[in-house]
Amino acid sequence: MAYSNKVLDHYNNPRNVGSLDKSDPSVGTGMVGAPECGDVMKLQVKVNPDTGVIEDAKFKTFGCGSAIASSSLATEWLRGKTVEQALEIKNTDIVNELSLPPVKIHCSVLAEDAIKAAIFDYKKKQGVHSAEAVTA
Amino acid sequence: MKLPIYLDNHATTRMDPRVFDAMKPYFMDIFGNAASRNHSFGWEAEEAVEKARKQIADLIGATAKEIVFTSGATESNNLAIKGVAEMYAEKGNHIITAVTEHKAILDTSKHLEKKGARVTYLPVQTDGLIDLDQLRDAITDKTILITIMYANNEIGVVQQVKEIGKIARDKGVLFHTDAVQAVGKIPVNVIQDNIDLLSLTGHKLYGPKGCGALYVRRRNPRVQLTAQMDGGGHERGMRSGTLNVPSIAGLGEACELCNREMAEEAKRLSHLRDKLKDKLMGELDEVYINGSLEHRLPHNLNISFAYVEGESLLMGINEIAVSSGSACTSATLEPSYVLKALGAGDDLAHSSIRFGLGRFTTEDEIDYTANKVIEVVRKLRELSPLYEMAKEGVDLTKVVWSPH
Repeated sequence: MAYSNKVLDHYNNPRNVGSLDKSDPSVGTGMVGAPECGDVMKLQVKVNPDTGVIEDAKFKTFGCGSAIASSSLATEWLRGKTVEQALEIKNTDIVNELSLPPVKIHCSVLAEDAIKAAIFDYKKKQGVHSAEAVTA
Repeated sequence: MKLPIYLDNHATTRMDPRVFDAMKPYFMDIFGNAASRNHSFGWEAEEAVEKARKQIADLIGATAKEIVFTSGATESNNLAIKGVAEMYAEKGNHIITAVTEHKAILDTSKHLEKKGARVTYLPVQTDGLIDLDQLRDAITDKTILITIMYANNEIGVVQQVKEIGKIARDKGVLFHTDAVQAVGKIPVNVIQDNIDLLSLTGHKLYGPKGCGALYVRRRNPRVQLTAQMDGGGHERGMRSGTLNVPSIAGLGEACELCNREMAEEAKRLSHLRDKLKDKLMGELDEVYINGSLEHRLPHNLNISFAYVEGESLLMGINEIAVSSGSACTSATLEPSYVLKALGAGDDLAHSSIRFGLGRFTTEDEIDYTANKVIEVVRKLRELSPLYEMAKEGVDLTKVVWSPH
């Protein structure tokens, strides 16, 4: 199977590889997939609590080249977006950007799930820590 | 050293130039039909075929008359299993095989099951070998055939064929072996191993594609088969169809070369294979060999790099041709059933790479491959959340994952 140039580029030069401090209340962590399925993505966002803007995003992925590219691309797109804008990223956007073939669509679904899981984790943390959540 | 490097010799082998030379006269100059009995064109073609028959027989300890030409091992396997099932239907309908067999065996067995046969699929142990006691216990008075491969195409594990042959002989059951990966690579002898039927193919031993053979024992016992292709009654009535003379000449030459050079070649390749293994295992942690190292083809290395997915590794070493048991590289999107059968877990199947060395593999290529694999595994582990968790001391088997 031939890979698209964009997949190759992300595979060869993955963006934003790494980890953020899981215990930081402004960091949301999403981990999706399973080793026995052949892919696990960990995606983290660091959000400015005042503005709701994602200031940093990091990933680590165990998976095929398309899975690595999907998560690498997701971190690129997340930076600078607000939490609400981030939730609007659809797996089909990733499919189109990377020209993923049908057998690799699940990689993009996993990336969308990872984004949602990271934001959900961040919101949960904020819910616990913010005064608003306490009074609610 | 030239790139790309070919290390996928279990899939197919490059033709030896000497084999190609042996084939050349039979395309245009000596083009006769080997079945033409009344002119020199036919006689010359027949002579080539009979020479090849002898060359093949000599490699496996058989006699020339016991060699039946086919289009390859898939046909040989089909002919052996279906041919025995039909011919011996009155004696019984039970066949014994193993879960790690090639699809040409498994799917043929499934086909017969649909037609009323009973098939036992023996499991394998963690080293890839079948349990001989389980084999003995599986035999009933209805068992007509045991079909167990000589050496596995993925993990290179060599079954205890001699013992299996003895069990089959003692119980009066026919023994077929798919020996495509073994013939020409390690000594195979149908007399010593009590083999009744044996499949081999040209393109796994530096010969042509589309040409193989089935050994069918003629005495002690005389094995009979029901033909699966009707026609002119070629090959003692077992396989009709005009013989592919150029390829048969090539297959014969390929077998003769193997017979002459096998011992030396096996020594050289096992040295290179061990060098590759030692280098990978010396420089990388959490690397696992799939299947027995002791009972293994000299040119095979099947190895899992934990926390690295196989397809992404192939992508990083794209100038080295190897294959992976990862689901992402298979048509079915399922990880290798052979590796799963070893019980190591799907995650290690996803992380596996099969290296198949061959006659044309050089030491430079092995050094390059080792260095490249080490570099890419390290890079991908930097990317791997699993490697990070393992290094933090997290027990990955205890994590609640979200399978999809």
